[in-house]
Amino acid sequence: MSKRMQNLMLPLLAVITGLILGGIIMWISGYKPINAYIALFQGAFGNPVFIANTIAGAIPLILTSLGIAIAFRTGLFNIGAEGQYWIGAMVGTWIGYNFPHLPWYIHIPFALIGAMLAGGIWGGLIPGLAKAFVGAHEVITTMMMSYIAILIGHFMLERGPMMAPGYNPQSPLVSPTATLPTLISNSNLSAGIFIAIAAIIVVYLVLFHTTFGYRLRTVGYNPMAAKYAGMNVPLFTIYSLGLSGVLAGLGGAVQIMGVDHQLTDTFSSGYGYTAIVVSLLARNNPIAIFFASVFFSALSTGSQVMQINSGVSPNMTDVITGVIIFFVATDKLYSYFRGRFRRTAKAQSEQKGVSLS
Amino acid sequence: MSVLGLVFSNPELYGSTLAMATPLALGALGGTFSERTGVVNIAMEGIMLVGAFFGVMAAASSHSAWVGLLAGVVAGGLISLALAWPAVRLQSDQVILGMAINLFAAGLTAFLLNTVYGFGGTPISTPQLPQLTIPILNNIPFLGAVLGQQNVVVYLMILLVIIGHFFLFHTNLGLRMRAVGEHPEAADTVGINVVRIRYFGVLIGGMMSGLAGVYLSIGMLNSFEVNMTDGRGYIALAAMIFGKWTPFGSLGAALLFGFATAVSFSLQNYGVSANLIGILPYALTIVALTGVIGRSKAPAADGLPYEPSK
Repeated sequence: MSKRMQNLMLPLLAVITGLILGGIIMWISGYKPINAYIALFQGAFGNPVFIANTIAGAIPLILTSLGIAIAFRTGLFNIGAEGQYWIGAMVGTWIGYNFPHLPWYIHIPFALIGAMLAGGIWGGLIPGLAKAFVGAHEVITTMMMSYIAILIGHFMLERGPMMAPGYNPQSPLVSPTATLPTLISNSNLSAGIFIAIAAIIVVYLVLFHTTFGYRLRTVGYNPMAAKYAGMNVPLFTIYSLGLSGVLAGLGGAVQIMGVDHQLTDTFSSGYGYTAIVVSLLARNNPIAIFFASVFFSALSTGSQVMQINSGVSPNMTDVITGVIIFFVATDKLYSYFRGRFRRTAKAQSEQKGVSLS
Repeated sequence: MSVLGLVFSNPELYGSTLAMATPLALGALGGTFSERTGVVNIAMEGIMLVGAFFGVMAAASSHSAWVGLLAGVVAGGLISLALAWPAVRLQSDQVILGMAINLFAAGLTAFLLNTVYGFGGTPISTPQLPQLTIPILNNIPFLGAVLGQQNVVVYLMILLVIIGHFFLFHTNLGLRMRAVGEHPEAADTVGINVVRIRYFGVLIGGMMSGLAGVYLSIGMLNSFEVNMTDGRGYIALAAMIFGKWTPFGSLGAALLFGFATAVSFSLQNYGVSANLIGILPYALTIVALTGVIGRSKAPAADGLPYEPSK
């Protein structure tokens, strides 16, 4: 298999394996997996509003996983995108409801840039500096920073400074001047999709068509060589984690300004983690990220209809997602079994040879 | 006496500290066993959930909490093999495997709860692991209120930490485990079976995390709820790092984090945000990793796949 084919085939195999294993678990539990999957598909793509909602759900995934992909390309694992997403949403919300007199063409960029900066500082500055200067592993630091961010978010809303008057842990609504317009009525699809598509193009161009992107990838591919070639590896570590946080922060703000319009305690249901799965499945390719995001968003929007039509709990999609990541991580499995198969075939033919002689 | 004085002089605070610390210490100890052999384990959260669910399920159907404990521990061990096998045999990325297990376990246990028990949740008649009363200790003032009457798993945890320390630092097998985690090539050269040791470390670790889950579901309560670990697996991860990958260090960190939780419960009535106190474990872990107070360092080969030469 060529490298390109492998990049396409292995994720596809992982998805198929995930769906089959999910089906087996449903079947054992007494459900009809085929009907459940048909309901899932209908729920995701059955009518224009469902399609729009599926694409809308892909927007924060696209933005966040683009960031994770940049980190992966630099050899860094940003596992804390969930927190950067929260921080972006928090800052986006705060700017969104605090300056209602600004015209929209200033208010929207203001909120977006604020969220991007905050996400970048959260993801880049502390974990980046810690990694670059004392070698603290970014998996742990970004994860810990992520939990801190989410707790700060809850603090802000539960009788904290961002709580709206009343008893519910929620912020005030963002002002109309900071709201991204909805494209299809009765759906969640907002103009945020244009931001997501623009981000895909920008990240693609930066990664593959600029010296900066080339350096980022070199640091990821071989940090020693990058160092000997005179690149400032610690600086690129900070850049990479920072950009990763910038995009996750943007994702959070776009979700608030396009869909939720206010921050609530239940703001994210693990988008930051699903985004890691998206990047893994897309093998950190910005264009493949679009399709992988739509796929995972479809699983999530479709699972609601699946529950109504066939009674399968929507948590089934987490099971499927878990299996998919497992098989993406175990990419050597296929060559492992091929090797085994060859060995047994060889042993068998050798045995035959013995019996013949 | 001031409010703080009242809160801090109450022995119940320290009793509940110990109770809160137990799942964290068990998870951290499990992680220590895994990572000392060089397999990064961020899957404690998922393993705990699996242990918690199957613990309740077995306890409810057999009407014995002990059967539940056994089932939860075995289930924890089994799911940890999904980390061990690809990590050891296929040189897969251990962090990604851990993520996969966490997601899979959260989905599976929620799905099974819904499918097996429906909206009513797990049976009310599910037996609970007993509280023990230690005869003499219980009569000592203050100390008795802290240590004298706890769930059986709390005592089991203390025992496991002591045995774990002795095992890792004073036995041959423990030395081999640490050698494999520091320098697998060298260990291999002197005839240590790297693959088998790593399986062993992850498996024992998984069983301990399973026990942590059992404690949550049929120790503290007698039911299972969706995502009932509530991030404790990650705090256990933090405790393991803050405790510098040692059993006693893990226990110490778990006690500190458990104390923070217990204090935040006590102070909630006085308007102190539990969310802000909850930040403590995570902030301390970053501090520990960046070396402000004695840098915490992972085993040298932690997370590095090892391909045995044939």
